[in-house]
Amino acid sequence: MSALFILIGCSLLIAGSFLAAFIWSIKNGQYEDDYTPSIRILLDEEKNKNQNSNTNTKVKLQTNAN
Amino acid sequence: MLAKLYNMNDLNNCYHCGENCYNQITTEEKYFCCNGCLQVYLLIKENNLCNYYDISDNAGITVKGKFSGEKFAYLDDEELISKLVLFKNDNLINVIFSLPQIHCASCVFLLEKLHQINEGIIYSRVNFQKKEIFVSFNPKLVSLRKVVETLAFVGYEPNISIQDTIENKNSSNVNVAIIKIGVAGFCFSNIMMLSFPEYFSGGLIETNGLKNVFTWLNLFLSIPVLLYSASSIFQNAYAGLRQKDINIYAPIALAIIITFSRSYFEIISGIGAGYLDSGTGIIFFMLVGRWFQNKTYETLSFERKYQSYFPLGVMIKKDDKEISIPVNKLAVDDVMVIRNNELIPADALMISKNANIDYSFVNGENSTQQPAIGDLVYAGGKQMGQSILLKAVKLPSQSYITELWNNSVFEKNKQQKDSFVHPWSRYFTMILFTVALFAAIYWSVVDSSKILNVVTSVLIVACPCSLLLTSTFTFGNMMRQIEKHKLFLKNATVIQSLADIQHIVFDKTGTLNSQQNTSIVYSGIQLSREDQNLIRSSTAHSSHTLSQSLYIHLNDKTTDHVVEMVDDYQEYPGMGIVSNAVDKKLVLGSRSFVTNAVSLSKVNSAEVHVNIGNQYKGYFSVKRPYRKGINEVLLQLKTRYKIHILSGDNDAEAKNLIQILGNDVPMVFRATPEDKLNYIKQLQADGKKVLMIGDGLNDAGALMQANVGIAVNDNNANFTPASDGIIDGNHLVELPDLLNYIRKNKQFVFTGFAFSICYNIVGLSFAVQSLLKPVVAAILMPVSSISIVTLAIILTNWASRKMNHKIN
Repeated sequence: MSALFILIGCSLLIAGSFLAAFIWSIKNGQYEDDYTPSIRILLDEEKNKNQNSNTNTKVKLQTNAN
Repeated sequence: MLAKLYNMNDLNNCYHCGENCYNQITTEEKYFCCNGCLQVYLLIKENNLCNYYDISDNAGITVKGKFSGEKFAYLDDEELISKLVLFKNDNLINVIFSLPQIHCASCVFLLEKLHQINEGIIYSRVNFQKKEIFVSFNPKLVSLRKVVETLAFVGYEPNISIQDTIENKNSSNVNVAIIKIGVAGFCFSNIMMLSFPEYFSGGLIETNGLKNVFTWLNLFLSIPVLLYSASSIFQNAYAGLRQKDINIYAPIALAIIITFSRSYFEIISGIGAGYLDSGTGIIFFMLVGRWFQNKTYETLSFERKYQSYFPLGVMIKKDDKEISIPVNKLAVDDVMVIRNNELIPADALMISKNANIDYSFVNGENSTQQPAIGDLVYAGGKQMGQSILLKAVKLPSQSYITELWNNSVFEKNKQQKDSFVHPWSRYFTMILFTVALFAAIYWSVVDSSKILNVVTSVLIVACPCSLLLTSTFTFGNMMRQIEKHKLFLKNATVIQSLADIQHIVFDKTGTLNSQQNTSIVYSGIQLSREDQNLIRSSTAHSSHTLSQSLYIHLNDKTTDHVVEMVDDYQEYPGMGIVSNAVDKKLVLGSRSFVTNAVSLSKVNSAEVHVNIGNQYKGYFSVKRPYRKGINEVLLQLKTRYKIHILSGDNDAEAKNLIQILGNDVPMVFRATPEDKLNYIKQLQADGKKVLMIGDGLNDAGALMQANVGIAVNDNNANFTPASDGIIDGNHLVELPDLLNYIRKNKQFVFTGFAFSICYNIVGLSFAVQSLLKPVVAAILMPVSSISIVTLAIILTNWASRKMNHKIN
């Protein structure tokens, strides 16, 4: 029966670490936005199609007053 | 990938924004509707971000009516910057902007690559559901104003409001509630597990002191639940007691205290295992119920004040120079410069010509007004057309519209209606104490050593928390069901207030009228087919909303889609257009522009006058028709509620409305915002419960004063004034069915009550006999909680399915 003491200690330790992970994940803001990451994962990082080689048009951010 | 074609005509769609190209600009075989779209495309291309167009159709946002160069100049004001940013030091500024234009994956792609467009921007991250962007930038390389201008340039002009920033800064309260549930759930389930051996061992557990270990572990595990998770229950109970009111939390708090103290006493003195599993379970279920009920809508705000609508900055003319100042520094007699599409922040006198003011923001009406020099112009109007000069006569906070917010209605929070559950909890508690008292008297005769045992057992087993659980889950699930019909409520108490409504007051403009469709009626000399073609060809070149509706109207009418060549096309912003085609001169526009007559301002509908070949032909009047199906809805509502109609307009529509509704519906025309508020007050003074349905800023006071105020919203990006609920305009016709559904809430809650009372009777019968073993409590408690929750959800879902069936 004395094995139970150790096992109970272990089970509480494991369960406690899950609780700690849960609290950490909330404080870390992982539940704040549960939609955008699903879009973000589909966006390719860099997709160089070499299609921009012929453009040298330098566009400056200008705000034309009308 | 080209955007979908909208019209079956020969116009190309803009590669950037997908709109029809009236003036075609082409580069690399791609068409653009305006120079602005082309500029954005070139910028995106230069930065290798062309994926923007591949990810989804219709990615681009039209940049028509671009902001002017100085529009954001007020963002250079240091005081304002420190109010807007979340964090600031010499090398880093963090800020969150609300971007209502976010609509697809491409938006996320482009906005998270801002650092490629402007090197001063370090990092940007989008929250799609909140339609917000978090931006970090280096203030040494780029200013806040420049960041905002970059966003505005690519089509995402932020809604900048100090109120929203403050809300953003303290939004962490939700997380605390979830952590509390997590802690309670963890402790509850572990205590439950450690209690099982005790229940099932039949005494064997006594060996080796295992029982002691288990009970003491339970004791330690229950402490965080009592002190941390349950703290809000104690705070609520205490707050109620301080106002000399016994709310539902007081008996619950009492039950918790008795459960825990008796359990601790049993464990410490070694006589029993206590009722900690029941006690922590109750707290866990109650916290879950409250979280379920307090659903929040991230993109909606129910607290908007006029400041959210108004600009933060304004250009004024001083010593022949134009400078930008924050709006709160505007003084009377300052000369304001209002550009195309800018909002007038204060009541002012016109000092220049060519005003064309759109008050749709204020009253939901789509016609524009053309005040002359010296006329008074009210705050909240939007200038459409060239820049105008105005002299402020009042401060922004004391203008016609904003004065409404000085009314005392806005000062106090709307009184939180006491839930009908609360009085029931009071009866329940009284009965409970009576039962406990009789049990105590009985046992004092039979066996006085058991008095304390019995009394505490009674209070432990018959906790009014099942009443609370029934109502929280019923209301919470109802809110979720009506949300499917695009009616969003601020909180659960609104459901109860809605069920008690007797009178419904409608605003006419923008609420009963559709905001999306237009009906166009022509009156005057019959137009020949060539004439119609001429008008259609000319309006194709204009981006003005009236021209576009006229174009669509005429296009639908004809079968041949000949587009005439148009020469000498000229557009006079805010006035009209002049063109030459097939050797005929066409003048199209406002009455004063076409006929040279003095403008009869305050016309009810928007009019486009026509003059062809120097002959005045007549005019098209553009009206907002009533929403589809609104007649039936009003008649349906009339059978149960008393309907009232308030309108800021003249009474031109009165006859029409009487014909639809009959003459027993009170109608008020030419109502000022203040009138509307007082009308509601008057009804309430007669003891009536009033539901106000409106949309514009001019309804804000009435929405606030009414027992329930519901704002109608036709466009997700639009603001709605402070209200208790927001309904999508297209779903307004479902209102009678939604109200029917909501009225059932009491029925559902009382069914749940009846169930929980059955459980309580069983529990009490054990308790008064001094037979309440922890195991009995531990079975009764979760079974009753779970079955009540299931019942509440099944009932509300079943009724909602019936409602859906009826609506479809």
